[in-house]
Amino acid sequence: MTAPTPRRSWLNQRVGRSQNVDSAKIDDGTPAVELVAVDKVFAAGRTGEVTALVGVDLAVAPGEFVTFIGPSGCGKSTLLRLVADLTEPTAGTVRVNGKTARQARLDQDYGIAFQQSGLMDWRTVVRNIELPLELRGWDRRRRRDRARELLELVGLPEFADHRPGELSGGMQQRVAIARALATGPRLLLMDEPFGALDEMTRERLQAELARIAAETGATVAFVTHSIPEAVYLSQRVVVMSARPGRVSAVVDVDLGVRTEDTREAPEFFAKVTEVREALRGRRSPSVAAFGAGEER
Amino acid sequence: MPHVWEILRRFGRPETAAPGADSVAVAVLDGVWFTFRVAMVGLVLGVAVGLLLAVLMQRSRLAERGLLPYVVLSQTVPLVALAPLVVGWGGRLRIGDATWQPWMSVAVIAAYLAFFPVAVGALRGLQSPSAHAVELMRSYSASWWQSLLRLRLPASVPYLVPALRLAAASAVIGAIVAEISTGTRGGIGRLVIEYSREATADPAKVYTAFLGAAALGLVVAGMVALVDLLLSRYRPAEAHS
Repeated sequence: MTAPTPRRSWLNQRVGRSQNVDSAKIDDGTPAVELVAVDKVFAAGRTGEVTALVGVDLAVAPGEFVTFIGPSGCGKSTLLRLVADLTEPTAGTVRVNGKTARQARLDQDYGIAFQQSGLMDWRTVVRNIELPLELRGWDRRRRRDRARELLELVGLPEFADHRPGELSGGMQQRVAIARALATGPRLLLMDEPFGALDEMTRERLQAELARIAAETGATVAFVTHSIPEAVYLSQRVVVMSARPGRVSAVVDVDLGVRTEDTREAPEFFAKVTEVREALRGRRSPSVAAFGAGEER
Repeated sequence: MPHVWEILRRFGRPETAAPGADSVAVAVLDGVWFTFRVAMVGLVLGVAVGLLLAVLMQRSRLAERGLLPYVVLSQTVPLVALAPLVVGWGGRLRIGDATWQPWMSVAVIAAYLAFFPVAVGALRGLQSPSAHAVELMRSYSASWWQSLLRLRLPASVPYLVPALRLAAASAVIGAIVAEISTGTRGGIGRLVIEYSREATADPAKVYTAFLGAAALGLVVAGMVALVDLLLSRYRPAEAHS
């Protein structure tokens, strides 16, 4: 695994002092995300319980791009929701930037994007991006400037005053990504954000997300169903299996800077095969090696 | 039924045979204006109460389960039975020097009819945002109040506008019927009753009051259409472009 390269972080520098204080702390070796012995059991009606996750241990280093892949019901979305403090673990601990998940949510340490863009139809594109800033009490001018900046970043500057309903699905997802980045979070949580898009749009947005992640230096936890997507985007692919949901394998992906050619490189296909086999459970790369930053 | 021409002509003639009596047009307009104001007070009151109940029921599942049956039940009480009760309760109210006016009873009854569609429609609307939209607000650690203002209320507008239309119509009907059943003077409801007593001798007269009531309904419907227009940006996407 390559050491995190120094990245341009102009995006985050504009966002306020506290962020920089946090990132200084993170560079001391605190994982961006840390799950220790996490179980999650859902009560299902009067009779039974559904075990969504069992004994999940994992750490994500600052600046790392980690993808979670697995069959439906393997708990990958639940895992992301635990990190986001949208649900609570039944056992174990979840820490984000060294804080409890709840504190991290209250401090808005992360930005989140779902499969549905969840844009508000009654707000223009730019006002949608401003929403998290509005809730944080930023003044109007600062909000507008920041939103314009993000629209540039996701390549939609001319659509600022459009309604989400007038945009294509791919554009809506870009707006959702811009909104997730609005407060300059150190951590991006993405739950199949490209799941509903056509293949071409999807590849283009993957390339853009890879670029954005590199430019902002944000840690990304990304849930997907697509093997090529996982390999293309991430430095590590966490393979999960269902019933009960658990981490079954971890595949390190070291393809350097992603370009359009990455998808056609032999190493890319080799990794795709490796992840596919891991999903089928044919080979089990050492799960034990999946610890907190011991390779870094 | 008299000819339309007869009815229109009746508007120009004096209301009564008494010397110096105003024309029917003036009397009807006076009545319409009185009932319009009372109905508006009722509508505003009804919308406020309806919204408040909807927010309360959205906020607490217990409140929804406890209140909603009564909200539905409230509309099965016959208005005619309710009117004397309201007048009776109002008559006992004393706040400082202010005493209960007859029109207040009418407004309360109008509100009683108007609040129902708003409560039911707004509740549906407030509950309409998807789980993802709600979680997004949670991820911003938005307060309940912030979620209400920025997500739930705007999302409920497409449900609120039709509710408002029903509420406005109910308020007008409620005001007219309440005037009649409480015996309140000054409004168009009272004129309908008074003029209909003269229907045999002066058949055109009662129709002037009907026309007045119809005009009142149209004006109120127009006002709601105007509100709808002002809120058009909250309508679903296909309405723009």
